[in-house]
Amino acid sequence: MSDNSYVLLKKYTEHLKKPSLTWYVIMGIMGLLVLVGFYALIQQIVHDHIITGMRDNVVWGAYIVNFIFLLGVSYAGAIISGAFHLGRIDWGKPLIRIIEIITFITILIGPIYILLCIGRLDRLHYLFIHARIQSPIIWDLIAVIIDLILCTFYLYLTFIKDFSLMYLNSDKLGLANWQKKLFKFLSLGYTATPQQKKRLNRALDVMAALIIPTAVVAYSLLAWLFGMNLKAGWDDSLFAPYFIVSAIFSGFAIVIILMFLVRKIYKAESILTDGHFNFIAYGMFIMALIFGYFTFSDYITRWYNTTQGNSELIYKYLSLDHYGYMTYIMLIFTSIIPILVIAIPALRSKVSYFISAILVLIGLWLFRYLIIVPVLETPYFPIVSTDPDVLEYSATWIEWALVVAGFAGAIMLYMIILKIVPVFPIADMQESHSFKLFGKYSIDKLLGQKHYSNKLSDS
Amino acid sequence: MGKDNNNDRRKFIKTGIGLGMASIVGAKLTALASVDEKKETVKVLTQDGKLVEVDKKAMADPSTLPAKGDLARQGIPGRKFVMVVDLARCANARSCIEACQRGHDLLPNQEFMQVMLKKDHEGSEPYWFPKPCYHCGNPPCVKVCPVGATFKRTDGIVLVDADTCIGCKFCVSACPYSARVFNWEDRESYEENTDEYSPETSVPGQVGTVSKCDFCPDRSREGKLPYCAESCPMGAIYFGDVNEDTIFNGQETLRLKETISNRAGYQAMAHLGTDPNVIYLPPVNKSHSFERGLKDLDEDLKDWYLNQVKNEKP
Repeated sequence: MSDNSYVLLKKYTEHLKKPSLTWYVIMGIMGLLVLVGFYALIQQIVHDHIITGMRDNVVWGAYIVNFIFLLGVSYAGAIISGAFHLGRIDWGKPLIRIIEIITFITILIGPIYILLCIGRLDRLHYLFIHARIQSPIIWDLIAVIIDLILCTFYLYLTFIKDFSLMYLNSDKLGLANWQKKLFKFLSLGYTATPQQKKRLNRALDVMAALIIPTAVVAYSLLAWLFGMNLKAGWDDSLFAPYFIVSAIFSGFAIVIILMFLVRKIYKAESILTDGHFNFIAYGMFIMALIFGYFTFSDYITRWYNTTQGNSELIYKYLSLDHYGYMTYIMLIFTSIIPILVIAIPALRSKVSYFISAILVLIGLWLFRYLIIVPVLETPYFPIVSTDPDVLEYSATWIEWALVVAGFAGAIMLYMIILKIVPVFPIADMQESHSFKLFGKYSIDKLLGQKHYSNKLSDS
Repeated sequence: MGKDNNNDRRKFIKTGIGLGMASIVGAKLTALASVDEKKETVKVLTQDGKLVEVDKKAMADPSTLPAKGDLARQGIPGRKFVMVVDLARCANARSCIEACQRGHDLLPNQEFMQVMLKKDHEGSEPYWFPKPCYHCGNPPCVKVCPVGATFKRTDGIVLVDADTCIGCKFCVSACPYSARVFNWEDRESYEENTDEYSPETSVPGQVGTVSKCDFCPDRSREGKLPYCAESCPMGAIYFGDVNEDTIFNGQETLRLKETISNRAGYQAMAHLGTDPNVIYLPPVNKSHSFERGLKDLDEDLKDWYLNQVKNEKP
């Protein structure tokens, strides 16, 4: 181990020690939000679905929107991190862990939302004992379970090298005794012998190669769950690629947000460079173009072909009396702002990428809302009802509380995981000694930079 | 006159079912009949053509009681049910809705049978359009059910087994005809007589499960028409059997094929490929104006209906 990599290891294991006050405060707030969500969940279980905004027209609401959103982030994370790994993209290595953790957390939390849509949770096991393979729900169930297993396994494999590294250097790093024991256990006896290295790397390659197609298949299956219905707005052959594009789009956005935060919080300016931000932003730019193109294609075919269901739907999308505001906000957030911010050199900056990435995520959440709720509100045969709750969906506080609780829970999990493992895959970065940032710096050069040494001596 | 016809018809159906059942379980019934002491007997024809006397009770049990569990998934042998709705007769009296709601213990906002107001051309007069479950030949709801809680039977009926339903609501969104309702809240009546639950009666309901028009096969077993067909004061709803080629609205019996052929019967949204088992007869030569159906409605519902047929569409 070179001295400089050791410096890196030392710097980032510092964060595994005593959490700061801010950490506790954020955890406290998020914990409170999770508790509110938990209370809402109990309310829903006690009083049944009547206390949600869902009715016979819109049988799925904010829950399924959040489900699609979280799974999209997860699958995109799997695709991006898998591609970084398999493509041997060295500059992407510091990002793999940041992405993999969010992939794991979202696949863990996402499926909770599909459970919230189910009327009889006491019969959940029927999905296994009475499973009918003809049903898209069963396809999706199988895909999500496989993906969850693969993502968990892959995430763990990417941790092993660092666990071992920290265990072997635990005394020098001044880690607590329990951490030493934990890392010893979790590293499974890995000590980076040539044979172990070869095997682990091969396992990582296999897993990375598996999670990419799994993610594509799983998200396509989710798209088909809607796309195979006889419903204007859903029976659309564009749906699967549309879903995949929106997922990868949200993946790039979440990477920018996480990079920005990690860079600030961990003072990792030398590892997450402008180059990283520019490259991921270009990725987001390309996805924004493709997404905008798909959206345009979807809307214009519906608008032009004048079938009754499509006309009604497109009217609801574009009219300000219905979902017009949401549609225009969605289009501006996903297809105008990110394109302008990245295309115009004067607007390019880490902060502007960060802000537009947040807007992209909001826009993509609204995108999912728009493909679920207005479509369900526009059946071929309307339900005869004058009850405004039945005619138009609006989520109740129960649903909002649970949606927010999911995000809060994800943040909590992320912060906890980052107290167990370093935020960067140090061993992995060290292994590719030619760790080059856009061909400019090797890791040793990087760490020898004046800028970096100054930062170290400051702290 | 009409009432007499009605009774004749019922007798005819009863005897028909009786004969059918006897031919299937004849041997078993004669054995049962000898056990009982006080017997009210009935003469039936066995499979090999002998006339025998059997206990009426033993006769009635298997044929007239609603089927439960796996039996409910099989359908009544030899039958293929069909409904024909004469749109020229419907005047939105809403008797079908109310009778159905009473019969199936539904809340006021739960309608297995819905009556829509439709208008096919801006120049044509609106007409009332009763819409039960279509019991499709190719039911999308059955296809998507993850646990097989909704199923298609040999007699053409699509039912929901509330004991198996997990309440994922996928079938509700998969049905292009908005025929399904979800039991959003728990009710006291759901707890009563739970032993008597049969998918054929859909009663008692269960919270968190899906429910819908069941074509009342329990009533067919007793030789009765479904609640909606029986209660319609206009006789707009005919119910019958494709195999027998007859349909009956409580007043008159018609030939199914002939009626469909002569009166241009059609399936709603046939282009979806779902092959509904409810056939509509077009609303031609109506004896009443559609406004008659608006008379007793509350203002909100009246406005809702009129909004459905106003000329300017988006």
